[in-house]
Amino acid sequence: MERVPVLKIGDILLVSIQIDMEDQTALQLQEDLAERIVVTGCHGVIIDISALDIVDSFVGRTLATIASVSRVLDAETVVVGMRPAVAITLVELGLSLPGIRTALNVELGIEMLARSREDEYADDDEDEADPATVTTP
Amino acid sequence: MPLSPDEASRFADLLKGHAEKLATRWTDSVATSLRGRLSSAELQRQTGDLQKAFQQALAGGAVDVTDDAAAELRAQLAEISNSRARQGFNATETAVSVYALKDAMLEILGEQSDVATLRDYVAFSTFVDRAALFTFDNYVRVREALIADQAEQLLELSTPVVKLWEGVVAVPLVGTLDSARAQVVMERLLQTLVDTGSPYAIIDITGVPAVDTQVAQHILKTVVAARLMGADCIISGIRPQIAQTIVALGIEFGDIATKASLADALRYVLGKTSYRVVAAKRPER
Repeated sequence: MERVPVLKIGDILLVSIQIDMEDQTALQLQEDLAERIVVTGCHGVIIDISALDIVDSFVGRTLATIASVSRVLDAETVVVGMRPAVAITLVELGLSLPGIRTALNVELGIEMLARSREDEYADDDEDEADPATVTTP
Repeated sequence: MPLSPDEASRFADLLKGHAEKLATRWTDSVATSLRGRLSSAELQRQTGDLQKAFQQALAGGAVDVTDDAAAELRAQLAEISNSRARQGFNATETAVSVYALKDAMLEILGEQSDVATLRDYVAFSTFVDRAALFTFDNYVRVREALIADQAEQLLELSTPVVKLWEGVVAVPLVGTLDSARAQVVMERLLQTLVDTGSPYAIIDITGVPAVDTQVAQHILKTVVAARLMGADCIISGIRPQIAQTIVALGIEFGDIATKASLADALRYVLGKTSYRVVAAKRPER
């Protein structure tokens, strides 16, 4: 069975799916990612699906599960690079992938993650009187 | 009653012998039906060519328009129906151009009146009828091709995606939105989002005359698809009348931002990005 590689770049885990997603591959990816988030302590996950021609309902649901699992582990997930044809097909099927954050490309995805981390720390600043307690990322 | 090869050659001789008289009579009767919308020189050239083609076909032993010997005749008929269709003549006016040959021929045959001639004439008439039907078929085909071309041009013309700002594209929708057009708009917008990497799209419906549930459905689908790809859509240009229709029909736009004008939508998007619109201070005098 083929496996999807998970790359660590700074505070982000990058997953670029270059093969046809079969159900087993998707489940394996879900397990691998959860493990890597815990091991690396990353706070962001980017899943690039720009090479995928087909996203079926199972893969769609797995992506949603991955997003939920990462959120529990304090990592934000962004799905990037969905093709227009894939988006149209998903809409026609009535699958709007609730709970998944999306961006047009990897660059915008990284920006989005950086912004949401900033917001989080800004909130912390307001909550806590002592700014020295804020750890640098 | 089909034409026999024998009769065909007799008519070919007739066409040749009375060429001048036939041409004049034929051109006259076509001219009256077209009521001067085609110059007489042009008309004379056309009937002349057609007459020659008829004569050649009959001399070659053609007993039907589909025969090999009538290839030249078919080409002439096709040319006439092409030019008539493109110049906007109606079906009758096109058919008359061929049928008029029967009147002209009858006039020439009128000098002799026996049963054999009558039989010949009926057979010849059938031949001309077939030719006219061929012309008419061709006329319809040309007209349909014209309509298809125009529909395609309309589709091409009416769906531009324009860049409004760094990272902001807009689609000004003009005209009624049917399924085919909605599909084109959706595909083009999504492709532009990918190509330009714009996270914001404004769909302006100022030019859409009416919004019914179907049109709303198309717009909603586009917005959801854009969201799946990671771009946000704003709907602008909702006229008061349309706003009332939307509410009356119970269409829910949910959490999709709707703005009254394109300017409002752009200001809203700029506010969400790092830009801020402020009036420049005037230099004091």
